[in-house]
Amino acid sequence: MSAITLKSVKKRYQKSLVVHGVDAEIEQGEFVVILGPSGCGKSTLLRMIAGLEDITEGEILIGGTVVNKLEPRERGCAMVFQNYALYPHMSVAQNIGYALKVAGMPRAERDGKVAKVAKSVSLEAYLDRKPGELSGGQRQRVAMARAMVREPKVFLFDEPFSNLDAKLRVAMRAEVRNLHRSLGVTSVFVTHDQTEAMTLADRLIIMNSGIVEQIGKPSEVYHRPASLFVADFIGSPAMNLVRGHFAQDGYFRHGKGGMIHLPTIAPALISQEVSIGVRPELVRRVSATAKGAIAAVVDYTEELGAARLIYADADGSRIISVDTATDALGTGMPIHFAIDPADLHVFSHDTGRRIELGEAQRAATQTRINA
Amino acid sequence: MIERSPIFDFITYAAMVLGMFLVLVPFWITLVAGSQSLQEVSQVPLNLWPSTHLLENIQAAWTRADLGPKMVNSFIVAVGVTLGKIVLAALSAFAIVFFNFRARMLCFWVIFITLMLPLEVRIVPTYSIAANALLPFQVILDTFGITGLVETLSGIRIGLEWNLLNSYTGLILPLVATATGTFLYRQFFMTIPDELVEASKMDGSGPMRFFFEVLLPLSRTNMLALATIMFVSSWNQYLWPLLITTDRANFGTVVMQLKALIPAQNGTPDWNVTMAGALIIMLPPLLVVALMQRWFVRGLISRDK
Ligand SMILES: Nc1ncnc2c1ncn2[C@@H]1O[C@H](COP(=O)(O)OP(=O)(O)O)[C@@H](O)[C@H]1O
Ligand SMILES: [Mg+2]
Repeated sequence: MSAITLKSVKKRYQKSLVVHGVDAEIEQGEFVVILGPSGCGKSTLLRMIAGLEDITEGEILIGGTVVNKLEPRERGCAMVFQNYALYPHMSVAQNIGYALKVAGMPRAERDGKVAKVAKSVSLEAYLDRKPGELSGGQRQRVAMARAMVREPKVFLFDEPFSNLDAKLRVAMRAEVRNLHRSLGVTSVFVTHDQTEAMTLADRLIIMNSGIVEQIGKPSEVYHRPASLFVADFIGSPAMNLVRGHFAQDGYFRHGKGGMIHLPTIAPALISQEVSIGVRPELVRRVSATAKGAIAAVVDYTEELGAARLIYADADGSRIISVDTATDALGTGMPIHFAIDPADLHVFSHDTGRRIELGEAQRAATQTRINA
Repeated sequence: MIERSPIFDFITYAAMVLGMFLVLVPFWITLVAGSQSLQEVSQVPLNLWPSTHLLENIQAAWTRADLGPKMVNSFIVAVGVTLGKIVLAALSAFAIVFFNFRARMLCFWVIFITLMLPLEVRIVPTYSIAANALLPFQVILDTFGITGLVETLSGIRIGLEWNLLNSYTGLILPLVATATGTFLYRQFFMTIPDELVEASKMDGSGPMRFFFEVLLPLSRTNMLALATIMFVSSWNQYLWPLLITTDRANFGTVVMQLKALIPAQNGTPDWNVTMAGALIIMLPPLLVVALMQRWFVRGLISRDK
């Protein structure tokens, strides 16, 4: 039985539909991250699970029970908010123990639990402080302790780290990961930060303007994006994407009239309007004489330390590649690339969905997903 | 605005001193006159230096205007109005800000409109309601013919009456029902982040619990600021108590008694006693402001987060 089931869940505000029928199954103990650009309806979806927002249409089940009509407190979810949402007039201990107090737990028992949870997030020393006297990271830990103390069936996080600085964010990420490992509570985590999403998630739900684009493991989403949106959204540097069509002559002709030496492995695609994509790290540099070499001109390079990014122009299309060679590359210098046709992702221009290119491509992506 | 030049400083200070002078001179004259004897106060021009008769003048004023019981009345009214307003304001603002009911905007606008109708404007209808607080219900019963119906059926004529004249209830209730407090609270409640409300929902607390355990503690400074304003303004009420109390001996307030302190047309012009009485009467609000000013200022200009 799934921990959480979403059945064509929709949300409408006045006239505008902000969540368009989401279907998803979240397994017991799974850590699922909802990822998408800001304004795409992630928070709305999470708040519908929490019970803070009415469900316009569809059903949400938690532990097999339909919760559409249940109050937040009856759903067994605990939530961590972006701005901590601590009670400013209560001490850390009171903040953490408030839910237990509301539930009518006797003082002594409550204090014991609060102390235990505070210890697990290293807050023992701060129990008597007010939230105003804590740093951002400490406040967010109080918020997490407040969620944990109730021993909920589900943890919900709404961009909990977006107010923290980069270093603290990484540390908190590890902390959440460890907590999840030790508690094993089903968690749904909303973020717009793909690094955060990729490192935390067992599975990702990628959303775009209220629509689920893809649900899958981080490696699946990365190596086999189900749509043009996912291909473009996931990965840094972003995937090389060019719009155009494969021609009979073994070249890909792109929108601006230029052409790239790139035959297709799926003859059925010829002349069809598509977008093709390839990850920068799969664009190889080759010598000018190599078979199937794509000629391009260097625009500029970006030094990353271990590697560098080469931004090149192939007859009007931008190609980014990751390069570990150390030769000097100046603007305007010729450069040659090779791309394995099995590494290409092809997306229909009309629907934006992925077009599978057959067994060879499937096998190539599967190896990468499993790696 | 930060402007640093000697001339500008001088102008600022001059304006401040002038303002202070304008505000303080009447008080000073009251104090000076209240401390002088009848002869001294009758001199022309008035000597602007205090004399030594303050205590005897205060005693005279106290007995002449029967200020003891009147002080008690004023206190009952001012405290009653203050408490009533705070409770009403907090609850109505709570409903308007945190509940999503259909008539929310309507309620808000109705309250808003009453801001434009101070007591002085609606004093005649308010008086007639105070004379019989159940009058509106009587009118409803009459217009729908229920009175007539009951009379023909049972022979009993329904006559609802609840007279508020000459009572503390009558002095207090009409002053309680105003919108200013609701507004102050609404403004404060709107600064409470939605996430805090949601966090308390997730913690399982219901609306009343949220109100008492989160909102009230957070609005403490605002509440004290509001209390200060309300106490002073209801202490200073003159028109309404004057209208609603015919039984001055029992229900008169100190501010009404100012009139009794003014020398009669052809009597002794003992303005010294009048001024001493005025001093007594303005003392309580002054003390309240002095005691509360720290909270008062904080409640009006900032929120302690
Ligand atoms: N209370 C509301 N009333 C109307 N529109 C809303 C409301 N809350 C959110 N929206 C709209 O719904 C969309 C999704 O919002 P949200 O779920 O907060 O996005 P995200 O969390 O992905 O950034 C946004 O376009 C937002 O403007
Ligand atoms: Mg959001």
